[in-house]
Formats: sequence, C-alpha cells, structure tokens
Amino acid sequence: MKRIVAAVAMALTLTACGADSDPLADEPAASGAAGGSVTVGSANFPESQLLAEIYSQALEAKGVTVTRKFNIGAREVYLKALQDGSISLLPEYNGALLAALSPNGVPAGVSSPDAVLAELKKVLPAGTEVLAQSSAEDKDTLTVSAETATKNNLKTIEDLKAVAPTLIAGGGPEFTERQQGLKGLKEVYGVEFKEYKPLDPGGPLTVNALKDGDIQVANLFSTDSSIVTNKFVTLEDPKNLFTSQNVIPLIRTEANNATVTGALDAVSGKLTTENLTSYLAQVQVDKKDIAVVAKAFLSENGLS
Amino acid sequence: MIQYLTNNSEIVWQALQEHLYLALVPILLGFAISLPLGYLAVRFDWLYHPLINTFGVLYSIPSLALFVFLPVILGTKVLSPINVVVALTIYTVALLARTVADGLRAVDPVVVQAATAMGYRRSRRLIDVELPIALPVILAGLRVATVSNISLVSVGSLIGIGGLGQLFTRGFQLFYLEPILIGVILSVLLAGIADLIIVLVQRAITPWTRAA
Amino acid sequence: MNFSYLLDPAHWDLAAPGSIPNLIISHLGYTALALLCGAVIALPVGLWIGHTGKGSFIAINAGNAGRSLPTLGLLMLMVTLLGLGLLPVLIALTVLVIPPILTSSYAGMRNLDHRVVDAARGMGMRPWQVLARVELPMALPVMLSGFRNAALQVVATATVAAAVGLGGLGRLLIDGLAVNDYSRVLAGAIVVAALAVLVDLFLALIQRLIVSPGLKGS
Repeated sequence: MKRIVAAVAMALTLTACGADSDPLADEPAASGAAGGSVTVGSANFPESQLLAEIYSQALEAKGVTVTRKFNIGAREVYLKALQDGSISLLPEYNGALLAALSPNGVPAGVSSPDAVLAELKKVLPAGTEVLAQSSAEDKDTLTVSAETATKNNLKTIEDLKAVAPTLIAGGGPEFTERQQGLKGLKEVYGVEFKEYKPLDPGGPLTVNALKDGDIQVANLFSTDSSIVTNKFVTLEDPKNLFTSQNVIPLIRTEANNATVTGALDAVSGKLTTENLTSYLAQVQVDKKDIAVVAKAFLSENGLS
Repeated sequence: MIQYLTNNSEIVWQALQEHLYLALVPILLGFAISLPLGYLAVRFDWLYHPLINTFGVLYSIPSLALFVFLPVILGTKVLSPINVVVALTIYTVALLARTVADGLRAVDPVVVQAATAMGYRRSRRLIDVELPIALPVILAGLRVATVSNISLVSVGSLIGIGGLGQLFTRGFQLFYLEPILIGVILSVLLAGIADLIIVLVQRAITPWTRAA
Repeated sequence: MNFSYLLDPAHWDLAAPGSIPNLIISHLGYTALALLCGAVIALPVGLWIGHTGKGSFIAINAGNAGRSLPTLGLLMLMVTLLGLGLLPVLIALTVLVIPPILTSSYAGMRNLDHRVVDAARGMGMRPWQVLARVELPMALPVMLSGFRNAALQVVATATVAAAVGLGGLGRLLIDGLAVNDYSRVLAGAIVVAALAVLVDLFLALIQRLIVSPGLKGS
C-alpha cells in the first residue's frame, strides 16, 4: 500500500514539474513589450509557413512577442481558429480569401489586385482586418504535363472543356468545394473531370501523381518550382477564375497596433513574386530550414 | 540526419516537450479515472458488460474525429491542446478500466476469502490485498496505454497540434526524409523509455512477483 | 451534431465513386490484407516460440516495440521511400497488427495446461499430432482474442490511409476536415466505430464456431 502511494506521489510530482514549464500556454503570455503579442498561424503548405515565419521574425525584430502555431490545415479550418482567437495573424491571398468569404462567389468583373482588395474589405469577418498587400502573387493553377498539353493541344483552361471528362485531376481535398476550385471550373468554364483525387494542396503527393501519370491535371500553386523543374505546362486562365492572389496579412483588430502594421507593411513592400518563388525553392528543393530562409529574406531586404 | 537535428534542435526539443505533455497527462488522468470505474464494474456485476461494450465502441472512434469534435462538444477553442488531452484520456480509460476490472476479477477468490476471514473490511481489503495482486495485470495494461498514447499524439499533427507529429507532416509536405525519420525514431525512443519506467516501477512495488 | 451527410441517401449509393459503401469496401480491404499479412508473419513465429519456449524474449517485447511505432509517421516514411500506393499502407498497418497477434499466439501456446499435453503424449500421440490436435485447439481462445484485438486496432487506424491520398473511411475525416463539413467528419466517426463493432461481432461468432466447446472460451 505504501509503495503504491509512493509511486503515485512520484508520478504526480513529475507532472507538476512538467506543468511549470508549460510548453502549451494556450493564451499568449501577457507581455510588457511595446508591440504587444501576436499568435501567428499558417496553412498546411510550405509557402504559407514561410510567409508566416517571415511575418513572425519581422515582428520579433520590432520587439513584438510572437507565438507560432503553424501547419493548421486548409483555410476552412484556420479561419475558424482566427475567429475564435486561437491565432491572431496569418498570411493570406486576397483573391482566394475573397472567394472563400463570398457565398455567392466573387462579383463579376472583379479581378485586378486593387478591385479584389476593395471587395475583400467589405466581407471580412467581424473583428479582423487586412493590412497592406504585396505585389507578390501565388495563384492556384491547373497544370498538366508537357505530354498531355501537346497531345490535347492545351494552352488555356477553356481548351480543357472538351477533353476534361477523359482526364483525372488531383490536388488538395478542399479544391472540390471551392469557387476557385471544381465548383467554379464547372460554372465558369464548363470543365468537369472524369475523377478528382484528393491528395495534398500543391504538395509532393500531387506533384508526383502528375509526374507518374496517376493524374493528368493538377492543382498546383504558381510559385511551385516543380512546375519548371518537371517542364509542366500551366494552363492560362483567360476568364480570371483564379483572380489576383496577392499576399496580404490578415489580422485580428485587437492584436494590431502601429508597430505591427509598420513591420508587416515593410515586409509586404519588399515581397515580389520573383523573390517569393526563389526563397520558396530554397525550402522546397534545397530543403533549407524555413526559419533560416526567412531570416535570409529579412536581412537581404534590410528588415531584420 | 544528425545535421538536421543540430540545425533544428529547438523545434525538435519543443516538439518533444509538447509530445510528452500531451501523452502523459492523459495517462495519469485516465489511470485515476479507470481505477474506480474498473472497481465499480467488478463490485456491481451487472455493470461489467455494458461498461466494457461502451468502452469497446469508444476505443474504435478514430482519433482524428475525436480531436475535431471535442471543440464542438466541450466548447474549447479549435487549436486547444485540451482537445487532444481529453481525447487521449477517453482512450486510456477505455483501455484501462477494462484491464482494472479484469485484473481484479482474476484475484483468486480463496485469497479474498482468507482476507475476509482475517478481519479485513471491504475497502481495506481492496487496497491491501486485491489491488496489489491485480497490479501486474493493471500495469501491463498501463504499458500498452502509454505506448499507444504516445503513438496517437502524432495524429494531432493533421490539425496542427501534435508534438513530434509536426516533424512528420512538415517533412511529408516537402517530401523530405530526415524530419520524418527523426520524428519516428524519437517517438519510438520516447515510448521505449516510458515503457521501461513503468516496468521498473512495477518491479519496485511488486517485489513478490519476482520470487516467481 | 449534424447527421446530414450520414443520412443523405446519395452518399450510400454503391455506384457513386467515393460513396460510403465504396469507402467501406476499400477500408475493409486494407484491414483484411493487413490482418492476413500480419497473421502469416506473426502466427507461425508466435506459435513456434510458444511451443518450444525458445526466444520468448522476442515474443514478449516485440509486442511493445511494434506498438510504439507511430502509424502515421511510419506511413509517411513509407510513402516518401516507396511512393504513393497500397504498399506503404499495407506495411504500416501490418506493423501495427503483428504485435498483438505475436504476443497472443505466444501466450496461447505458453499457457496451456501442460497436464493435458502430457496426457496426449502418454496416449501415444506423435509430436505433430499433439501440436495439431491438442495444443493448437487449446491455444485458440487466447489467439483469437489477440486477433480480435488486432482487428479492432486496424479498423480504427486504417483511417490514416486517407492522409496519403488513398481511400478508406478516413477519406470522410480528412476531406470533411478540409472543406469544414462537420457532418462528414461525424459520418466518418460513426461508420468507423460501427464497422469496428460489426467486425468484432463477426469474429466473436467465428470464435464461437471454431473453439472447441470443451474449452472455456474467453
């Protein structure tokens, strides 16, 4: 009996030790730092994590306390986390966010960066706001292998309409329900595939499936270097279904202040599609650590 | 691989800490809850089968589903690690309550009778006689539950919480072997050490079993 | 608790790809294959170790060692090494299944009432006959209980196949999560739990049929 009590006491003490240095502080610690504290989240693909890390380090350089909660999931999931306060900042894409927040789809004729931004500001959830957007864009694409393009004479998404019912497409599972996804493809272009394989959002499963021919059309992201490496062909989007996709910080108003806005606006000013693509390649191809690449971006652009 | 470890020691260390916390707290909570529950299932015979069947069903609910639903049921935030802790506690109880019940049932009735004859009342008999005898079986169940929990925590990485599981998912998104390998190895090591600790504790508190 | 996905008859149409019956079929497929491979590997080894008593260290500890491999991590590892397909899933699930089958076949053989085995030898049975006609049938209850345990684990864990782009009921969980359709996730959880119960009942029935009535089945 005594031994049992001793064992239990030992176990409880060990938990107590663990509880002191609680690595899972749910609420960001009340901070005395001038910039306050921000919890940065990201989606479940490398570029989102890279951008989130760049934001995080830029904020830390200005004295803001940052908690990182990366790799949450698709937009449908992390927007909920933003709304319940689990995270307060994340990198977004203006067009995709607008499409996600507009139950009736993006209004017709809205596709340029400024038009999208103006519409976006009208539909943001209560308590959130967007900061300055950058010129860097990463769009959803429909990409095919070089062979498929030549065989079916594909240059634009419109060309897909005739052959789509014989083709298998693949990408993230969320693509099936999105306006900037299978739903919109059907409504705007009349494109319906034979089958859609839910794999990963612009990730290696999808890239490899396209390479191996398991799928003929892939939803890849435009900054993905594997498109160039594998000589894939990105189909043009003449009707602008995928609109503009400028990188833009989405933040809870309560976490925003002058320091935060200043730091993030500076980052947005320096981000371009070219440098985003090349830094992303360092992560995806060279397998460099995201924190290291983010640091390089900031120091090379005088932001650290 | 060693290079990956040295370059990313902070992330790995944080993942390890988070993983430990998420796996161990449910074990302790689950153990504490299973003891009375298992006892009740033995004390009131009619409770045994319904309880065991309920636990069987609970155990077969996929962990990802539970992680996703608990915020809805408990009202916790979507990313709160409490969801993982509660889910794993449920699994631990589902496993251990049955083990406790079976362990207590397996105590030789002759011994129980002897204890009663010696003057033990029900509660002292439970604590001084039945429980210690059932301990090897219960601790065997604890070992299984611990190892199982350590493995289940990593499923949480599919929703952004998950200790060492984060190493798997990040590595997988880049098709990068090293982090996945390190995550798996560390997870196995963690489970092995936890298992060893329980075995040592068992040796310490049940010396009579060594005589066999 | 939104049951709309579960109750929608369109989702139960066998002809529609990705419908629940099709997912159940692929899910059971992974389960059955894994159990088969696991049994083929673990049963003979466990029985042999239990019968001869040699190498019992392996049998006892392979159990816990195998259980400590995180299935999701193992699966991602296998896909990264072997590419997309059924093989990585099969390997990961078989690894999951081997420990309980190994441990229980060992335990079943080891914990026989040896007086009965002696009696059989005394009756003049040859070693092969003792093994086949006495030891195996007596070990059956424990072995089957381990098998049922393994089956339950695989049914619940085969949901991970969806995380690497394959089918199975995990599809409802992963896709439901990605498109924020809670009713789909709920449907996945309910169907998996129900399937696990059904598989267990089915195996219990088999157990009742093949375990000799003379033995107290577990």
